[in-house]
Amino acid sequence: MASGEFEGQTGVPNALAHDLNALPAYTQRVDQTSASGGAGIYAAWQSVASGASDLTLLVGGEKMTHKTTGEATDVIASLTHPVEYKHGVTLPSFAGLTARKYLDEYDAPRESLGKVAVKNHRNGTDNPHAQFRKEVDLETVLESPVVADPLRLYDFCPITDGSAGLVFCPESVAQEYTDDYVVVSGVGGATDTHVVHEREDPTTMGGVVESSNVAYEMADRGPEDVDVAELHDMFTILEFLQSEDLGFFEKGEGWKAVEEGVTDRDGDLPINTSGGLKSKGHPLGASGVAQAYEIYQQLLGDAGARQVDATVGLACNVGGFGNCVTTTILEQP
Amino acid sequence: MTDDAPSFDAHRCENGHVTYPGHTRCPDCGAEQTETVDLSDRTGTVVTWTTSTATPPGVREPNHLAIVEFTVDGESVRALGQLTTADGVDIGDDVEPVYAAELREPGAGIREPDSQAWDGFRFEPA
Repeated sequence: MASGEFEGQTGVPNALAHDLNALPAYTQRVDQTSASGGAGIYAAWQSVASGASDLTLLVGGEKMTHKTTGEATDVIASLTHPVEYKHGVTLPSFAGLTARKYLDEYDAPRESLGKVAVKNHRNGTDNPHAQFRKEVDLETVLESPVVADPLRLYDFCPITDGSAGLVFCPESVAQEYTDDYVVVSGVGGATDTHVVHEREDPTTMGGVVESSNVAYEMADRGPEDVDVAELHDMFTILEFLQSEDLGFFEKGEGWKAVEEGVTDRDGDLPINTSGGLKSKGHPLGASGVAQAYEIYQQLLGDAGARQVDATVGLACNVGGFGNCVTTTILEQP
Repeated sequence: MTDDAPSFDAHRCENGHVTYPGHTRCPDCGAEQTETVDLSDRTGTVVTWTTSTATPPGVREPNHLAIVEFTVDGESVRALGQLTTADGVDIGDDVEPVYAAELREPGAGIREPDSQAWDGFRFEPA
């Protein structure tokens, strides 16, 4: 989380442990910008897998909406390199740069990006925890104000207050408390260039490729085994890039999957059944945790109207513009 | 250009790899970067561009931005920078660097003014 930057409040894990009567439990803050939640999953998993802890509480949260859009955008953009920051670059402008390149390179229609927003808003209407529980039509998306050309307002996630929590423990400990648990079968993290323009292919997120390779190998799974996925759709274009870089679709083909309904709730590979960051909202530190929570609900059959048929789920949490990424694979026991 | 004109320095290692900005170790091969290459009098090509309308404090609005590719002795090097105009700009167009003393207002945003430089090069359609 970035509570220091947003609220001038640091040491939050200490405060939480005290408030929850969890003293003297050890606490730590995990900072990996927008991927802090996923990085928290990695850290919590490590704490249990190493034997250092037999019960770890992971809480992700952020309070952002008291800032103006410009101020919040600047806090987030402060992760950029000085040669990027001085030009006034923002994360949304990286999305605009990448979207233009993607549409040009793969001859994809602008409308396909809009359809990601339409799909995720539709999913969000059935999520009681979503910030927006409101459908949008394609025309509204395509005619909304330009934010970073060719991307418009509805191509972007909102600024959000929110939190999410997960408990990690060995499976034997989980069984003492409940039958309703899922297993972390694979988790991986990776880092890409700090300077975004130094990437060889602007339409590939190397951190997604590398982190998912680690997670797939640990889980002894491949992209074809995944039944449902939560991707980091901070911007609509990111859902295309991740769906390709995770190996679900060939490079340059992710847009076709959305056009053909493959990633719809009743499609072969439902993506962002929660509504995604697009509709659920993006409280930075909470998002990666909330992604895993949606997969948890899907695997337990607790997703209500959003329920799909799934035994293996994947969550991909992206920090910066792909600068740091974690991929987590969750399965039914 | 005169000798005291600002330079737009890319950095090169002993194996000929060129990066902008420079790094402690070459991202390609890990060697030390030992020399600079001035890009300020070269022509680059637009890889992609955008116009940002939701800009942070102290940044011009709208803010036209491009990723531009230069070729230095057969090696490709890219830089992100503001465009002087987005009128008629498209992927593949030639642009030339133009010096600007202040690209955004230091201190208006979250970053400490003394922590970095605020001058640099915009790209002008050739």
